[in-house]
Amino acid sequence: MHPIHRSEITPEHVYLNRRRFMFGIGALAASALVAGAALSGCRPPEATPTTDPTLAPGVTPSPSLAPQAQTDTDELGNSLTEYDVITGYTNYYEFSIIKEDVTRYTQDFRTSPWQVQVGGLVEQPATFTLEELLALGQEERVCRMRCVEGWSMIIPWVGFPLARLLERVQPTAEAKYVRFETLYAPDQMPGQSSRSFDWPYVEGLRLDEALHDLTILATGLYGKPLTKQNGAPIRLVVPWKYGFKSIKSVVKIDCVAEMPVSLWMASSPNEYGFYANVNPNVDHPRWSQATERRIGEIGRRPTLMFNGYEEEVAALYEGMDLTEYY
Amino acid sequence: MRSRRIAWLTIIPHLVGLLPLVLLLWRYWQGGLGPDPIGAAMRHTGRYALTFLLLSLLPTVLRVTLGITDLPRVRRAVGLYAFLYAAFHLLIYVGLDYAFNWKLLIQALPGATYVLLGLAAFLLLVPLAITSTDGWVRRLGRDWRRLHRLVYPAAALVILHYAGVFKELRAGPVVAGILLALLLIVRLPPVQQWMRARRKPQHAPRG
Repeated sequence: MHPIHRSEITPEHVYLNRRRFMFGIGALAASALVAGAALSGCRPPEATPTTDPTLAPGVTPSPSLAPQAQTDTDELGNSLTEYDVITGYTNYYEFSIIKEDVTRYTQDFRTSPWQVQVGGLVEQPATFTLEELLALGQEERVCRMRCVEGWSMIIPWVGFPLARLLERVQPTAEAKYVRFETLYAPDQMPGQSSRSFDWPYVEGLRLDEALHDLTILATGLYGKPLTKQNGAPIRLVVPWKYGFKSIKSVVKIDCVAEMPVSLWMASSPNEYGFYANVNPNVDHPRWSQATERRIGEIGRRPTLMFNGYEEEVAALYEGMDLTEYY
Repeated sequence: MRSRRIAWLTIIPHLVGLLPLVLLLWRYWQGGLGPDPIGAAMRHTGRYALTFLLLSLLPTVLRVTLGITDLPRVRRAVGLYAFLYAAFHLLIYVGLDYAFNWKLLIQALPGATYVLLGLAAFLLLVPLAITSTDGWVRRLGRDWRRLHRLVYPAAALVILHYAGVFKELRAGPVVAGILLALLLIVRLPPVQQWMRARRKPQHAPRG
């Protein structure tokens, strides 16, 4: 039924180079294979029929499959960013500050076995293995990703709402925020030897943001397991916030009473705030946030308030001065 | 011997000046610019422009420290390549990054501090490129040297522009800033006098 994917025929480096050469062409071959794909946005699809039995809920996507999404656009009609671009252009300072070099440095990164410790102000603290986390759900979520640096992508993640995990551990009444931590392993993550930052990477959300249905823990990408350079085996995705909020390779999640100080807040508090909501009206001190460049395209587009999720999330910030709480 | 040296001094700056452009086009042709060719091309041309701008400040240092005096033509060629790559850099930003979407560009510029710094540096370099011909050197006389001191604020702006691009302070702009500081310190009159005094005894008759 499936025609042979291009990447299966051509040696990968040749194939990648050829694709890079043809930048600007956004059409995705793999997605065209799926007939009648539903336009599922960054919200749970209503019982989306999967064309491949291995992509059924609760089942780990097979690494041998060619990258394949269930739709070819987000709910606003934006074409998906190509798999090669999403996996070849990543901001992951633990490995390299050069986006195109990250993949090379992740080769020896061990993502299995993996555990996530969930605790703090919760009734039922617990440590989850990756397998237990995968069992919490495997649904495709097509999300817009807007980096604070001014570029963007459309990414078909596979994952489950963070709320589902938090329900398991039951935050107490004192819990007001959620604090996330990336693995600290300088022997595997060469960037953590740099003293420019206070490792490990830390991020935080307000509890209501964390419980919002758009906030997911992603374990897959394009129907395949998450690649190391994209934050394997499990990462946060908060699509209405700048990309740096979406912490990668998470090992620790704590419910806390006080607002956590993220790595970027500690590094440069007047440039990177706790909220970091995508907002075209509040510029970074050194550059404008009014526009963004979709990687793989020529030209820019206006950045949307809350990255286009205003309808879903604006209520979380009612009455707040977003210039002050940036 | 002398004429051969002059011939080499004429050719080498152009070889060195055009090489990055050839390499950049070759890499683009080979798909070697990665998933974000526009960003990569902007980074490369920006780095080339800065490198040639700093190199254009070197002949004076060589004259002061080593007494090499026949480099003005080299300096002019190197300076023009700095301008050329700065022009490519700006053209890629306007023409590919923004795809000549002036409305979006004008919307973004007021908040884009580091872009404005780069733009200011480029505007300072324009009169220097225009007045680089023999005719303008003659016509302007003493004013030519005065005008071309604009290269110092331009270089400082370029380094601030470079530092402003990244989320955090990076090694590249810091190193460039230190190099610029060294190239400028050597130009201070007391330092020049001291350097000249240090060189003289070698040529002075003994006893």
